[in-house]
Amino acid sequence: MLRQRITDDEALEKPFNKEQFKRLLSYMKPYKKQLAITLVLMVIAAVCGLLGPLILQIAIDKYMVREKLLGLMLITLTFLGINLLSMVCVRSRVRIMVVVGQEVLFRLRQDLFNHIQKLSFTFYDSRPAGKILVRIINDVNSLSDLLTNGIINVVTDVFTLIVALIFMFSIHFKLALITLTTVPLMLLVIFLLKRTIRVRWQNVRKKVSNMNAYLHESLAGMRVTQVFVREPETRDLYRQLSGDIYSTWMSAIKINNLFWPSVELIAAVGTVLIYWYGIRFLDQGTVTVGVLVAFTGYVWRFWHPLNNLANFYNSLLVAMASTERIFELLDEKPDITDAEDAVEMPPIKGEVTFDNVTFYYEPEKPVLENINFTVKPGETIALVGPTGAGKTTIVNLISRFYDTVEGRVLIDGVDIRGVVLHSLRKQMGVMLQDPFIFSGTIMDNIRYGRLDATDEEVIEAAKVVHAHEFIKDMEDGYYTQVQERGSRLSQGQKQLISFARALLADPKILILDEATSSIDTRTEILIQEGLKELLKGRTSFVIAHRLSTIRNADRIMVIDHNKIVECGSHDELIEKKGMYYNLYKAQYKYLKAI
Amino acid sequence: MDILKRIMGYVARYKWKAITAISFLVLLISLNLVTPYLTKILVDDVIRGGKRNLLVPILIAVFGCAACRGLLSYFRSYLFEGVSQKCLYDLRNDMYTHLQGLSFSFYDDNRVGELMSRMTGDLEGIRMFIVGGLSVLLENAIYFIGTTIMLLYLNVELALVTLAILPFIAWVAIKFNKTIRPAHSEIREQQANLNTTAQENIAGVRVVRAFAREDYEIEKFEKENRLNQEKNVNASFIWAKYFPLIEFLSGFCAVALIGYGGWMVAIGRITLGTVVAFNGYLWMLIMPVRMLGWIVNIISHAITSGKRVFDILDTGSSIKEKSNPYSSDEFRGDVVFENVSFRYKENPILFNININAPAGKTIGIMGATGSGKTSIINLIGRLYDVTCGRVLVDGVDVRDWKLSALRSQIGIVMQDTFLFSDTIEGNILYGNPDASREDVIRAAKIAEAHDFIMEMPQGYDTIVGERGVGLSGGQKQRIAIARAIVKNPKILIMDDCTSAVDMETEYEIQKALKKIMKGRTTFIIAHRVSSVKDADEIIFLDNGRIVERGKHEELLALRGRYYELYMQQYKDLDEFQSDRQVM
Repeated sequence: MLRQRITDDEALEKPFNKEQFKRLLSYMKPYKKQLAITLVLMVIAAVCGLLGPLILQIAIDKYMVREKLLGLMLITLTFLGINLLSMVCVRSRVRIMVVVGQEVLFRLRQDLFNHIQKLSFTFYDSRPAGKILVRIINDVNSLSDLLTNGIINVVTDVFTLIVALIFMFSIHFKLALITLTTVPLMLLVIFLLKRTIRVRWQNVRKKVSNMNAYLHESLAGMRVTQVFVREPETRDLYRQLSGDIYSTWMSAIKINNLFWPSVELIAAVGTVLIYWYGIRFLDQGTVTVGVLVAFTGYVWRFWHPLNNLANFYNSLLVAMASTERIFELLDEKPDITDAEDAVEMPPIKGEVTFDNVTFYYEPEKPVLENINFTVKPGETIALVGPTGAGKTTIVNLISRFYDTVEGRVLIDGVDIRGVVLHSLRKQMGVMLQDPFIFSGTIMDNIRYGRLDATDEEVIEAAKVVHAHEFIKDMEDGYYTQVQERGSRLSQGQKQLISFARALLADPKILILDEATSSIDTRTEILIQEGLKELLKGRTSFVIAHRLSTIRNADRIMVIDHNKIVECGSHDELIEKKGMYYNLYKAQYKYLKAI
Repeated sequence: MDILKRIMGYVARYKWKAITAISFLVLLISLNLVTPYLTKILVDDVIRGGKRNLLVPILIAVFGCAACRGLLSYFRSYLFEGVSQKCLYDLRNDMYTHLQGLSFSFYDDNRVGELMSRMTGDLEGIRMFIVGGLSVLLENAIYFIGTTIMLLYLNVELALVTLAILPFIAWVAIKFNKTIRPAHSEIREQQANLNTTAQENIAGVRVVRAFAREDYEIEKFEKENRLNQEKNVNASFIWAKYFPLIEFLSGFCAVALIGYGGWMVAIGRITLGTVVAFNGYLWMLIMPVRMLGWIVNIISHAITSGKRVFDILDTGSSIKEKSNPYSSDEFRGDVVFENVSFRYKENPILFNININAPAGKTIGIMGATGSGKTSIINLIGRLYDVTCGRVLVDGVDVRDWKLSALRSQIGIVMQDTFLFSDTIEGNILYGNPDASREDVIRAAKIAEAHDFIMEMPQGYDTIVGERGVGLSGGQKQRIAIARAIVKNPKILIMDDCTSAVDMETEYEIQKALKKIMKGRTTFIIAHRVSSVKDADEIIFLDNGRIVERGKHEELLALRGRYYELYMQQYKDLDEFQSDRQVM
């Protein structure tokens, strides 16, 4: 019954897309000069490489055979010089290109990261975190080779091919033609084999990533597996995934390893042809021994650029898939942005008004309909209602995590869509159900609320929310490292830290979204006391189940079916004998029953 | 060396394949060594010596050699790959099976990411050694010896002159690999940092937005991003420093050949064919020398990787089954703690705990965070071993139990809810693969999960977990409860499993659970008095010691810690009661 549900649904490659390739190249525009220099360097290096067989030919024909020692010495020195030149060129080329390529990758990655900082929750709600991460890390990485080497290499490879052809044809036209007869064969082998090879390695990659995904989850859930004694089944599944890799790998190898033997064989055909016809030309006196030797050298030099071109084509397809994903993310329009004429939010006094607010993700499923209310500065508002009634949406609209579909949200009489987002959120404190802890020290985590807070201020905040007690007992106190999503802290401890963090930010409007649900009762009571101090002088919205918290609010709003159905103080609402009264009675029933 | 020996132990399982591959390799190299010699005959005898009748046989030989070479090299590499993949497969499975047997404390100490890197990167290091290191090492050693002999045979003097440069190439190649290795591991580390920074930013997006910390985040990421760039550039610069130099030094051999060899031809001490043959052999000699650094690298990599892999394989589980463990078809569910003390990594957690939970009884456990509640219940399923005293299940020390027999009768809902990337049904079935759809639905209904599951687009077929639909904490907890229920265990353990569920739902869950708790020994850890009120015994823990115990009423009469907690939690009730209107 155990299944493997993890499959990779990302396309591994995409056909060539001119527009996107151009856009990618536009990142290289600022480096035109470097690119030009690199190209020149590569051409020089390529020529140097091609001169090798030619020099051997000259050395044999002109000097060795004719016993000219001075010339031999000169040509030897020339050869040495050419090697030296080639070394310098390759070295400089790599140095220039890697700086350019890495700079482009840096820019691309930073653009992506900066961009996702602007995207709203709607974006994050609709996809798993892992997928976004892959764009920023892996997809950018996969362009590395294309940008630092690939594109430049193609230009040089084509150039090498042309120069090699020119050399050969200028040395001996007919022999050059004979040598070239093997080229169609080479092309056939390269393109036929390479395609199959590519597809098969892709299968291997898919299987490997499947297995790794499964492995990761299975290690993370090992405790559950052991507790439920499911080791044999998971082991079988793993074995099967592992076996899949073995068989796909071997099937890839079967074709992959055909490549070089075929190359050798065709090269051997070329060599045989050269000698077979070469000897006739030799007898006719049109070629020399050196030419023959040089030509057999050139046969090999065709493979390299042709092979590179085929590889480039393959890697281009892979890069196109990454490029498409990268630009897709970059083109994601942030739906919550500062208006062009946005002004700084002045210091908030704390009046919050909902003016005919309607909100939905899809029109047929309304979340809030025609919500109207005004909250006076310093008031504490409790939001009550069944799960899914829209309580969290109301508080999310106040911080402008989402924009209203209709109507306005005003703070101190200012439409929040008209102010700079940062200046608004800086003055608000939001505490969420699921506290997030960054890796780093506890000190850093609390200080996230106000970056310039001193250590004393951080500790002070921790004391107010009663987090100090457990922090000081930890091995390094406030400097204890908490890692991997705060795995060393209990849920309650994480919440206490997030409380201290919010307190440190000294917000004018405070939002508590069921923020106290998993703290054990003892701690919660301490927190309630700390919060009483915190709430003083701040407008606050509280979503909570605890009745004492709700009762103490200045006003209670009962949300049901996307509307505010009742609003008033505890006593008023009880008197009204409406929905709140019923909810309250139901809770009482629970409490009494248990 | 022991590590390499152990790796070779895996290779030895496929020794016939390996031996065939090696003999192919030797044949292959012999053929390769013959080819330049054929060229020499071609140049000296056929072309310059005018023995044209030899042309056809020689060309056939050249082609035949190439064809045989192709075949041999194909099968050789196929065999080597096969051996390495088989070894990898074995190692992977051995590792996984071993990891399954390791106890909770191992997983407390080792992060998933770290284990992953051993299961992927380090195993890859070993594979590289088998497929690359081992065969390349052999190949190059044979080439080197063979070529040197051939060159010396052709002409001692020319051989010595052209080979003079080889030690330098070897030296540079080794130095290159030594320098590039740390540079590459720096890149890997930096990539991990970059990854963490981005991952936290995405996972913590709500906090980032709530505190308007986007600029701070950008700055943080830019720092890591810049470092990543620098490390990459650095590694490439090292490459640029050494690699062209190696290339140049290799080319120098050819230069020496043309210069010195040419002079020898000119003065008639050797034939032209010898020079041409030398030219052919030269590359066969330079390659192994150039590869030297790479081979050294692969071997040292395999040693470090192998150590990390075998370290895990050698880690014994702290929880070991006896050689002849107890198991029984008759499982009652009596649980007894006898003077149990428990230390975790030198930290004392529990002191002298005594509990008697006869089959079918319910034990409630309360206490502050960190007082040792979870440790108590972890000892029942022998997830950890006691330091002193005994835990008995059905009168048998859990250390004498067959682990699978013991655990298969225990259903635990853990504090940290973990769901697999599977359908909701698949997740619930994890508790009992043989359960029917009806059983699953029944369990989900008891856990108050059925209604929200049915509201999901694909109902029970909705995929959840890390790669599926996001669930709220309360929803995850309810699925985990259903998972434990469907197992139909004799001992049910619930560790604060309704903390993220609202009060109404908790009430409903408790009502339903009460029905199924009959006939099961149940342990409930809770923060709310309401959850443990009806337990046969309530245990109140403080710093690892039982400070109060008894039934609800007894504990209230005690007017101690439990009473204090009760009063705090029922303040609401008082407030209700003060609301006369409601009454």
